[in-house]
Amino acid sequence: MTDKEKYRAMFCDPNWDYETLQAADEVISRIGKEYLKLKIYPNQIEVVTSEQMLDAYALTGLPTSYPHWKFGKDFVLNQSNYSKGRMGLSYELVINSNPCISYNMENNSTCMMLLVIAHACQGHNAFFANNYMFLDWTAADSIVDYMAFAREYVLRCEEEHGEDEVEKVLDAAHALMNYGVDRYRKPTKLSALEENERLKKLTLIRHENYNELWRTLPKSTAELEISGLDEGRFPKEPEENILYFIEKYAPALPAWKRELVRIVRKVAQYFYPQGTTKVMNEGFATFVHYHIINKMFEEGYLNDGFMLEFIKSHSSVLYQPEYNSKFYSGLNPYTLGFNIFMDIKRICQEPTEEDKAWFPDLIGKDWLEQVLYVMENFRDDSFILQYLSPKVIRDMKLFTIIDNEGEAEFEIGAIHNERGYRRVREQLAAQYDRSSIIPNIQVTRVDRHQTSKLYLTHYMQKDRKLETKSARQTMAHLRYLWGFPVELHSKNKLGINESVFEIK
Amino acid sequence: MSHIIDRRKNDKGKSTGNRQKFLRRVENQIKKAIPDIISQESIKDSSTGGSVKVPVRGLEEPTFHHDPKTGKKQTVRPGNDKYSEGDRVPKPKGGAGSSGRGKGSNSPEVTEDEFTVVLSRDEFLKYFFDDLALPNMVKKLMDSTENFEMRRAGYTRDSVPSRLNIKTSYQQSLGRRLALKGVLDKKLALLEEQLSLATDPQLITELTEEAERVRRQASTLPFFEDIDLRYNNFERVPIPVTSAVMFCIMDVSASMGQHEKDMAKRFFTLLYIFLTRQYKNVELVFIRHHTEAKEVSEEEFFNSRESGGTVVAPSLKLMEQIMRTRFDDSWNVYCCQASDGDVWSKQDATECKQLLLENILPVIQYMAYVEISNSPRESDLWQSYNRISDDDSFSIRKVYEPYEIWPVFQGLFRKRSTV
Repeated sequence: MTDKEKYRAMFCDPNWDYETLQAADEVISRIGKEYLKLKIYPNQIEVVTSEQMLDAYALTGLPTSYPHWKFGKDFVLNQSNYSKGRMGLSYELVINSNPCISYNMENNSTCMMLLVIAHACQGHNAFFANNYMFLDWTAADSIVDYMAFAREYVLRCEEEHGEDEVEKVLDAAHALMNYGVDRYRKPTKLSALEENERLKKLTLIRHENYNELWRTLPKSTAELEISGLDEGRFPKEPEENILYFIEKYAPALPAWKRELVRIVRKVAQYFYPQGTTKVMNEGFATFVHYHIINKMFEEGYLNDGFMLEFIKSHSSVLYQPEYNSKFYSGLNPYTLGFNIFMDIKRICQEPTEEDKAWFPDLIGKDWLEQVLYVMENFRDDSFILQYLSPKVIRDMKLFTIIDNEGEAEFEIGAIHNERGYRRVREQLAAQYDRSSIIPNIQVTRVDRHQTSKLYLTHYMQKDRKLETKSARQTMAHLRYLWGFPVELHSKNKLGINESVFEIK
Repeated sequence: MSHIIDRRKNDKGKSTGNRQKFLRRVENQIKKAIPDIISQESIKDSSTGGSVKVPVRGLEEPTFHHDPKTGKKQTVRPGNDKYSEGDRVPKPKGGAGSSGRGKGSNSPEVTEDEFTVVLSRDEFLKYFFDDLALPNMVKKLMDSTENFEMRRAGYTRDSVPSRLNIKTSYQQSLGRRLALKGVLDKKLALLEEQLSLATDPQLITELTEEAERVRRQASTLPFFEDIDLRYNNFERVPIPVTSAVMFCIMDVSASMGQHEKDMAKRFFTLLYIFLTRQYKNVELVFIRHHTEAKEVSEEEFFNSRESGGTVVAPSLKLMEQIMRTRFDDSWNVYCCQASDGDVWSKQDATECKQLLLENILPVIQYMAYVEISNSPRESDLWQSYNRISDDDSFSIRKVYEPYEIWPVFQGLFRKRSTV
């Protein structure tokens, strides 16, 4: 009991010190484990200054990364926005790694510290450790090592081949970063040790088989023959992972450039789950901090003053400006995710007639079990499609706007009424589907006999065209990596070419 | 088990390398932006680190993405307050793309259209003066002792014992002894050969004595002789001066309006920044003049409200006097004069020319005269200066608008390959 009083005094003092954090972590971990039954990676909580936070922002949250001007640009941009007061820094930043590293800002108040420890070190951490997307596509154990390896490798390349050449390759690979993910085939786990071993082996093989005479062989045919494909179409099936295709089959790319492409591809793959689970991830973490802090209050660790500050922060995190507000900038993933998770809990506990019709599976179940199940087995689009309830649609007053090219007016497609629920839900799910954001472009053919030309096909969705200027620039990057002419066809749903980008 | 780590003491600046890479990429744009900064902002501010606005051109990272204007889109929005299904709403003019980008509430509001890079003072000055060099800087070398440096310069045969170089001396001695001993050995061998063939007792005695003498000579070769000794040699190398004095002379007569003064100030400040970069210490002397010349403080110099007619020559006289009394030859002297070109009389202008030519130009490094005027007419002062200006140690230029300052400055101080 005396312990609790001591903790209470600590937590209610707006100034924190090391002991406060330790105590907070202890209490919060206990509640997370006992009350919410969270299975998490061990935590590594780091207190950082605003400059260090800006550094972390620039490296997209990774503790280290290979050198590239893009990160410098992000840093300069963030720094100037921050120093002008145009942008605030987030209270925390958390990395999907094992142990789970989280950066907490030093100027957080004690209340904010507790909130972010609950949010990041329990909520996000549990999500990273249990959601199937993260388990299948990322290797939390080895990402930090891998990035260190990537850094070493890029630095070595810079030394050996010059910064400019390395920059060109990385620029080109970055342009295609969205096309570096196998969405259907689960990747093998990576590790820095194995990568190094693999590289060593490659070098060894090259050394052993080195023969001055062989250099006179035309490289392109030799490389392509390795793929062991006979006459006919190549590749046999369209390939959506363009970076992988380049790494594997680019006819004239030197080995070290292939490795750079591979590094960018691996990083793209690591970030892939984050893009597809933003709503769930934030929603779940908010759900977790909300429950943990309330539980702490119930157990008497916190006083009313603390709770007032907490509620203020919590509600500003969940602030959702309306469509006609000047602050509106899209749906707030925290709000949407949190609302859906809270509604799952509500449906389990106090279902209405409507819920019984919509979610028969949830009725009468243990809410925590259901929430954890959802957290583990869905990603944004499937999560919304499955669990966005009429009540949430009503509460948030969701509606859809149809915007057809060439028409002078918008049309309201569906609103929060009986006729609209399903359509709003489907529409919102589609909105979070990756293919509605990133154009579906695949490698369809390589002319292996004459020109080594690479053909790509853009399968248009909803008649959406590619933005011409950036498409052309991206094609130029692709041309650089491929080393031979490249051509992209945009095909509409009837299979008819709408536009062609070609770089010879 | 959790670890709590306080990282605040760790190095910041993890992004320094990447930032440098980025700056290198926008270097040209930064350089292009500098004239604008010079002309728009007060130079004092610039010298303490200016912010350079860099247009985003060439910095985009292209990817394949949808053209927001095309296709049939349907987006979900929150907060419906008045619409029913099937309502039609006119699109806003300009056809703003209206794709609902899912942004987090704490994701940064990034506006790329107004991209600014904040440069530190050093970085700014680096770009600022990148391809300029101080005129005639190498010419002035100092005569006084304190500006000489002793540098090693080979060996000498004659010096003080403390500078004896033992190794080289020993090499000399070794060589000498080998050479001498070789000669004596040869002589001895010859004598002994003669001795073995000789039969005449007197010759034998003579030869034996001779051989004995040579043997003694060989065994008494001195280990060191004066001729062997080598001493480290030092040379006095003159080193360039690292201090400079800058005379700012400005006309404050009635004809100089606020605009003219402002222009002069910018020019002086530029020169000052430039000199501080080249020299360790730069002294400033401010001389203002109307009908009479007076040395004043910086504050007074730029903010004085005096007026009256214009006589230029006294200021040059005053400058010469100050130069002679306060700054000896060890100083690099620079002079910068700003005026609107008005002089009281032609005679004054001629006197100025005379003063410059005979007393000032020979002892100073460089003089720049800036005339702040937009009249196409050549003033008296301009005319007389024009005759002696050679662009090497004396340059004259005309400016009127702030944006003209930087190019003129650049022109004055451009790196000369001939220097």
